[in-house]
Amino acid sequence: MAKKITPKNKPKKKSVSVDFDIVPQGSNESWLYSPVVKEHFFHPKNLVTDASKMTGYDGLGMVGSPACGDMMKIWIKVDKKADRIKDMKWQTFGCASAIGATSMLSVMVTEKKGMIIDKALQIKPQDITKRLGGLPTRKIHCSVLGDKALRSAINNYFLRSGQKQRLVEEQSRIIDKVAKVTDHDIEEAVLEGATTLEAVQKKTKVGIGNPSVIPEVEQLIRFYQEKYFG
Amino acid sequence: MPAKKYIYLDHAATTPTDSKVVQAMEPYWNKNFGNPSSLYYLGQAASKSLELARQDIAKILKSQSEEIIFTGGGTESINLALKGLIHALRPQVPQAHLIVSAIEHHAVLHAAQSLAKEGNQVSIVPVDADGLIIIPQLEAAIRPSTVLISIMLANNEVGTIEPIQKIGAWLAKLNQTRLSNHLPKIYLHTDACQAAGALDLDVQKLHVDLLTLNGSKIYGPKGIGVLYVRRSTPLMPIIDGGGQEKNLRSGTENMPAIIGLATALKIAQKNRIKENARLTKLRDWLIKNILQTIPKTILNGHASYRLPNNINISILDIEGEALLLYLDDIGIQASTGSACTSTTLEPSHVIRALGRPYEAAHGSLRLTLGKSTTLKDLKYLMTKLPGIVKYLRQASPVIVDMKELNQSIKTAPKKVINL
Repeated sequence: MAKKITPKNKPKKKSVSVDFDIVPQGSNESWLYSPVVKEHFFHPKNLVTDASKMTGYDGLGMVGSPACGDMMKIWIKVDKKADRIKDMKWQTFGCASAIGATSMLSVMVTEKKGMIIDKALQIKPQDITKRLGGLPTRKIHCSVLGDKALRSAINNYFLRSGQKQRLVEEQSRIIDKVAKVTDHDIEEAVLEGATTLEAVQKKTKVGIGNPSVIPEVEQLIRFYQEKYFG
Repeated sequence: MPAKKYIYLDHAATTPTDSKVVQAMEPYWNKNFGNPSSLYYLGQAASKSLELARQDIAKILKSQSEEIIFTGGGTESINLALKGLIHALRPQVPQAHLIVSAIEHHAVLHAAQSLAKEGNQVSIVPVDADGLIIIPQLEAAIRPSTVLISIMLANNEVGTIEPIQKIGAWLAKLNQTRLSNHLPKIYLHTDACQAAGALDLDVQKLHVDLLTLNGSKIYGPKGIGVLYVRRSTPLMPIIDGGGQEKNLRSGTENMPAIIGLATALKIAQKNRIKENARLTKLRDWLIKNILQTIPKTILNGHASYRLPNNINISILDIEGEALLLYLDDIGIQASTGSACTSTTLEPSHVIRALGRPYEAAHGSLRLTLGKSTTLKDLKYLMTKLPGIVKYLRQASPVIVDMKELNQSIKTAPKKVINL
């Protein structure tokens, strides 16, 4: 049975990245994740258990792949007049934090009469992580996929409803032309735990054949570290 | 709510210390606490117990007692074997070549990598789809500068038992030719940590020069290991100090743990034939039941050349960590090769080395049985597992094509990786 979340066992730390691996959380039972993650993992909200029955939705989005370990599919219904998300359903292949993060996201966008689309597009990974009461540092990656999948579903809605002018592109900028590495690749590497230039290079090969870009890469590593773990 | 069940099915991770072992260790904390190097009575009593423990282990390994070196654990024994040998041979072979299998424990793989960084050469030899080392590729990997082969006796993740005896016998012959051609001898190390409770550890039959085992996998204490070092095997210490353990492992001997390890090994080896038969039955029952009742599952590791306590099955379309946590919730403690549970976010290198794609590694479930495991436990597991899998599959957007999966396993490249 999942533990009820009371103010007493609610994590007090403000930081979105807490290393649960070293210090087990405050609840009596030692568990890798916060009580909120546990609740959403064992009792996921808005989960789709039969995708073949999903009809009448306004937007469908998907990110990730089973090979990389996480994959999410999101269906949304939109209140077109109010430009709000009416309903969000999802499926996730992934670990507890991936499942918990998607479940929490579905609550966030559907609570209080539904989130205004423009606001939903602004959801950042750390907004989800915060609501989850933090995630182990190396698991923050999982919650990032949720907001991406949502944006992809909203884009799909824009396409279907003839609002092409509203499409949002996942922005990425080429940093190293030789290795074809984008700022987004560096962001991913940092999220996966690479904290030094060497570690990021090991994952992305950025700057190895093109050392002139290294100062910018280092700056980006600091930026993303600050953004997610600072 | 009924009392929470507690079924431990992760004996490959570690085992509880046997109560007889705890009992044997007890006097060495504060009664017979002497330092074996001290000359007075307490010291000499400790020294005698130390030598008796060494003899007990030597008897099981069919070795001389002076060939038994106590270390701080399996990882340390492995590091001493690999680094100690390569460093000792440096004057004769400055850029030595060593060969390891692709499914070795990280202790072996990372020690080999660190030796490669020092300027030595490393070949990582592939295994077949069942996890058995590919012998022709092993033979082909040998170079004039090869001085060490390190292959585990049995694998910790998928349970496959490697043909060390066969490799050892072949190597002994090869070494004769090499010596007459003035090429350096190739030493053989085997990591027997996972096998120590189940297999014959006769080093003469195995033809090994170095063998690693430890306490924590055989119902002994943690933080204690043995390195068997065949006489005249050159070795340089990796820890310097007071010169204990024939100067190969300095530091005051961890007496309680040494006594514990010797006791644990004796008990395990005495009962192993009977216990192996019992566990093999349970293992095969569980493998058969999982494969039959849960669709889209594949066995990882060899069906018969397999540790009696190991079950490793990939359950497709779901992710291992989620499965593990649902099992934990009903009191079953198991393990997975999924990336999500590793600190590096890389899925199991062992499952990948069998040619399984990432999807199969992420969905792998390892159940390792032990002394306390009963058929009742496994039946309880089987009342819950299919339902959990079904639920997680319903919640998952992934549908892996089994035909494609099997095809990709068949055609997986099997190449030697040279560092």
